[in-house]
Amino acid sequence: MPIKNKSVIFDRENLNKENPKEFLYKALKMSPSDLILEVRESGLKGRGGAGFPTGTKWMLASAAVSDKKFVVCNADEGEPGTFKDRVLLDEFSDLVFYGMIMCGYAIRANKGFVYLRGEYRYLLDKLLKYLDKMHEENLLGKNILNSGFDFDIEIRLGSGAYVCGEESALIESLEGHRGESRNRPPFPVNTGYMGHPTVVNNVETFATVPIIISRGAEWFTTVGTLNSKGTKLISVSGDCKEPGVYEVPFGISINDILKLVKAENTKAVQVGGASGHCVPKEQFDRALSFEDLSTGGSIMIFNESRDMLHILKNFMEFFVEESCGQCTPCRIGNIKLLEGVEKVEAGDCALSYIKELIELGKSMQLASKCGLGQSSPNPFISIMTNFENEIFSQR
Amino acid sequence: MIEIKDNILTQEISELIGKYGNGREALLPILQQIQAKHGYVSEFAQQEIANALDIHPVEVYGVITFYSFLGNKKKGRHIIRLCRTISCDLAGKDAIIRTLERELGIKFGETTKDEKFSLEFINCMGMCDQGPAMMINEQVFTQLTPHKIVDILKNFR
Repeated sequence: MPIKNKSVIFDRENLNKENPKEFLYKALKMSPSDLILEVRESGLKGRGGAGFPTGTKWMLASAAVSDKKFVVCNADEGEPGTFKDRVLLDEFSDLVFYGMIMCGYAIRANKGFVYLRGEYRYLLDKLLKYLDKMHEENLLGKNILNSGFDFDIEIRLGSGAYVCGEESALIESLEGHRGESRNRPPFPVNTGYMGHPTVVNNVETFATVPIIISRGAEWFTTVGTLNSKGTKLISVSGDCKEPGVYEVPFGISINDILKLVKAENTKAVQVGGASGHCVPKEQFDRALSFEDLSTGGSIMIFNESRDMLHILKNFMEFFVEESCGQCTPCRIGNIKLLEGVEKVEAGDCALSYIKELIELGKSMQLASKCGLGQSSPNPFISIMTNFENEIFSQR
Repeated sequence: MIEIKDNILTQEISELIGKYGNGREALLPILQQIQAKHGYVSEFAQQEIANALDIHPVEVYGVITFYSFLGNKKKGRHIIRLCRTISCDLAGKDAIIRTLERELGIKFGETTKDEKFSLEFINCMGMCDQGPAMMINEQVFTQLTPHKIVDILKNFR
């Protein structure tokens, strides 16, 4: 299933005219520092949702001193409502792999891993075949395109754990451990896989880099907003006529997205998946960007017929199950929030207790060890705040 | 008989060590292969893998119980995993739950008596635009309806 609208970056017809192999050739002719500079100048930020500047990440890993360095592509796309990486891996795997090679070249790493979620196991054979083809064409392996640079890519499968999408948990999993996140700092750019400097980037981030190298950082900065450059792939699901993956410029409003996907009678839009924020109708003029509504790409649409408490309960059940249990705020906090939702459902919850739970949620945001517990209270807080009247008037 | 089975398993594990190495990072790929072939990782297999990687068996047990696609108990030959996350829920997951439970005569979390099917839930599997969705083993099925379920199950019986 291809990208549904006219794309600026991920347009196969256009790419074929430009010949993506040329992108790699061009990158390997640049000096590693120039390559990093180009990525920095473009303002590209991590497409997984956290939005860390990619060029800065690469620069830090490049500056780290070590005999070995690693590149990791985070293809553990587990955020509810996100599926754009599935489309990228299926249809634009060349760009993903080229981006990884460029990163390896930039930071002087010779080995890359793709951490593919177990649920996408069916993509594995196709990806492995493509890697073989790249080996045959000297795009991978020793002395790539006679540049003197060696790089290889290995695909590792996940085994069904949402938390492994968090970069330090992902590295733990790669090392053969339970996917429990690490304390940060030290960050993976210094102490990553096997203790070596490691760049972990999202599939979409890697796939975007070759385009930046080909068309130039300046071109890239012409699209988007002041602090969010370029375009973003969004995965749209829920109550609309045309769900699917779309490529939109940063800065697009929720209203415009709803028009694009032909959604009607929309009550709320969940931006950023279960760990994101629930945006009510009054705020549909807000923009998709790192400055306002940041997202890894998940857009879930709820129409007027939907019960917001039911949606919130689904999210909280998800977090209770996926919390790794390592730190107390996340392990216990999510259970308390879910119990609160169940109390409301039973018509047995005081408004003042919900206020207390919102405070608990804020503590979890501060005290949890990793992104999972830091963001899992988001739907509770945004839905209980924005839809308090609806939820309590019915019960 | 049991002894012969165990010998075969030991042989399999040593072949996997040959392929993936005996470093700790080989643990997950080895477990995934054993799981795929046998449907679970037995206590004997856990012990053998621990020996081969020179780690404590509890480390192996800890990893198996952490990941939802790995298990230490035998399940049905075909594991059906229905997505329970919100997009599939809105698309009509509950009707699919009822259909699956009635067709197989078991509840979610259970295995059929003939050990052919196990019913489980899965969290978002990235098919949100085509829900309700489920996986049977590694195969993905989307836009499910009760009638479609009946047809799909026929092919696995």
